[in-house]
Amino acid sequence: MTAAGIIFSNIHDATIPELTSRRTMASIPFGGRYRLIDFALSNMVNSGISKVGVITHYNYQSLLDHIGNGKDWDLARRTGGIKILPPFIAAYDNAAAGRLYSTRLEALMGVMSFIDRCTEDVLVLSDCDVICNVDIKAVMKLHEQRGADFTLITTTVNTAVQSLDSHAQMPVADETGRVIDMAEYGNEQGEIKVCADIWVANRTYLKRVVSEAMAHGYKSFYRDVIMRNLARDKFYAHEYDGFFARINSLESYFRCSMRLLDPKNRVNLFYRKSQPIFTKIRNSVPTRYTNDAKVTGSMIADGCVIEGTVENSILFRGVKVGKGTVVKNSILMQDTVTGDNVRLSSVITDKNVTIRDGRELCGCESMPFYIGKGVMV
Amino acid sequence: MFKKKECVAMLLAGGQGSRLYALTDKTAKPAVTFGGKYRIIDFPLSNCVNSGLDTVGVLTQYQPLVLNEYIGTGLPWDLDRNYGGVKILPPYQGKGGADWYSGTANAIYQNMQFIERYDADYVLILSGDHIYHMDYAKMIDYHKKTGAACTIAVLDVPLSEASRFGIMSTHEDGRIYKFTEKPKNPDSTKASMGIYVFTKEKLFDYLIADAKDENSSNDFGKNVIPAMLGAGEKMMAYSFEGYWKDVGTIDSLWEANMDLLGENPVLKLNDGSHRVLSRHENAPPQYIGPAAVVENVSITEGCEILGTVRNSVLGENVRIMEGAVVEDAVLMGDSIVYEGARVSFAIVDRDVKIGKGAVVGKKRSEAKGVAVIGEGVSIEENAVVADGEIVSDKGGLV
Repeated sequence: MTAAGIIFSNIHDATIPELTSRRTMASIPFGGRYRLIDFALSNMVNSGISKVGVITHYNYQSLLDHIGNGKDWDLARRTGGIKILPPFIAAYDNAAAGRLYSTRLEALMGVMSFIDRCTEDVLVLSDCDVICNVDIKAVMKLHEQRGADFTLITTTVNTAVQSLDSHAQMPVADETGRVIDMAEYGNEQGEIKVCADIWVANRTYLKRVVSEAMAHGYKSFYRDVIMRNLARDKFYAHEYDGFFARINSLESYFRCSMRLLDPKNRVNLFYRKSQPIFTKIRNSVPTRYTNDAKVTGSMIADGCVIEGTVENSILFRGVKVGKGTVVKNSILMQDTVTGDNVRLSSVITDKNVTIRDGRELCGCESMPFYIGKGVMV
Repeated sequence: MFKKKECVAMLLAGGQGSRLYALTDKTAKPAVTFGGKYRIIDFPLSNCVNSGLDTVGVLTQYQPLVLNEYIGTGLPWDLDRNYGGVKILPPYQGKGGADWYSGTANAIYQNMQFIERYDADYVLILSGDHIYHMDYAKMIDYHKKTGAACTIAVLDVPLSEASRFGIMSTHEDGRIYKFTEKPKNPDSTKASMGIYVFTKEKLFDYLIADAKDENSSNDFGKNVIPAMLGAGEKMMAYSFEGYWKDVGTIDSLWEANMDLLGENPVLKLNDGSHRVLSRHENAPPQYIGPAAVVENVSITEGCEILGTVRNSVLGENVRIMEGAVVEDAVLMGDSIVYEGARVSFAIVDRDVKIGKGAVVGKKRSEAKGVAVIGEGVSIEENAVVADGEIVSDKGGLV
């Protein structure tokens, strides 16, 4: 069974305006050296997919810069490889296909020409903001065995750990795994089975249902493509039980990041056999800790220089922690520089932030203090 | 179609590096890990790229598998080019027979065709066993300006150490009049760094003559350079200042790694002007556990530190478990030091397991020498490896 992938790179941008004001959801930095899209891309590449279309919308310079020609994911190919699919806006046409899309369904309509040119049996569709490490190959195998038209990957989340919003869909499957109903998340608490927003669909089937929806002027992928056809066609669910995080606010960004400091989660996400997470290579030098460094319970990328104390924090590439400085429960993104005797607690700094000597900044877990890109404090 | 290149670099990477003992059982010396995420060859290769040279022939012979894989298409150094780029040049079978490279000069002699394809005016000869940052473009400019047949890079060394090197005696203008290999009573402190720029015609003339000489050992230092000097060719010394270290021995390899540590390291890898490029593994960020101690260390991606690490250099994916102590050591990568084990004053190659409670080496102040654990070795629980001992599984093709 051959497969091609499609990634929605701007989905849910509006939920974290702080981090997405100058970048796409897909290019939000995460986990010390990654961008969110790395997870969706790596999932596809690790499943043997070598043709991936990335649907963009706006603000996608940072994404282009990150992806480059795709070689860091082994997607710089003559045949297939990575294809950036910018919004298609017709100059003289007022039809639905000619407008900037606002839903997944409209986005798919906009890239029909890409789908038309694909010859693969199935298409794997993925949102860009799902942080997980799924063996999609196994899903495709089951998809084929069941003779499914459409397989939804589901996962069970505990609302105490992972907050959900109304975007989340709760599928109901019968004992054979066939999806018989679906509901939007209300405000239920506890262990809840939701769609991971990764789908495997037969290409010709997807083309048909998207075209049908387009002809009717429908808007929603879940409501109009999936739910309308549940009874008629073969929709199956496939449960994924590994690490799963979904970011839907700055607070949830902070909480999802901090979950990586739990060794079990870290191993579950990053150390799955033959399923590495790929990202852009930056040629950083190894991280240097001086004699005065005191570091505990932290995840630290390469290229850092640490002369102070770091506790329970995530440091991205090229961060400098000055002498006498104490960083606690914080996330410092790429090239953040702190001077000497700085105190940071529950702080998120975006890229290239400079914090001068002696500054004390403090947020709290439910409301981390965020410092924007390039700001000097 | 080949585009003309003014200068082609030839990197001699075929040496066995026998003084590195177990570290070169399975890999050629240029592919030995250095500084956590680098291989020795990254330094001359990155120097080439940083100097604007985009055509590099890498001459391989001894245990080339790792080296070949590592260089691959040359992508990490931006040397995957349509014209030029990096090319591996192993010994080959020709019409007249097949020969191993009998010496450094012979290796270049057998690949004169490669140089000819690019119609090069100059040839830069490098070796794959030194750690340094250097702008070769300046040296080539100097060579052009002086109109020399051959320019040799030299480093000022203390007179007391001069007898360990090939020493150039020069006139005031830098012209070399004498070359002595490891002189007992050195009359100069200018040591050859093993970096040569040749004008191509001259190089070819002397290589062809050298190949005809049955008594020659086909070596640049022993044969070609003395022959050129003897014939009165214009040979210039190009003075280099800065960090340069031959890492051909266990001690010097250990020392060079340690030069990366400290508040202001002697060897800097992150100065904007000379980036060292390398092939990266895709490893997640390093994790420093709740009870870990990390003091004066250099740590690379993929490491997991739960114990104590001091004054050490760790490569990718090294795991130091709870209660383990690593001091004054170089761990090249993919190794694991189990609970309660102790590693002191040692070099540990890739893919090594050090069992619970095992002791490798002695405290640096008490040790006779650096303990060395070769690639793929497993040290059993509570085993003891003496200071200065070399442990190897004698793998690889013998």
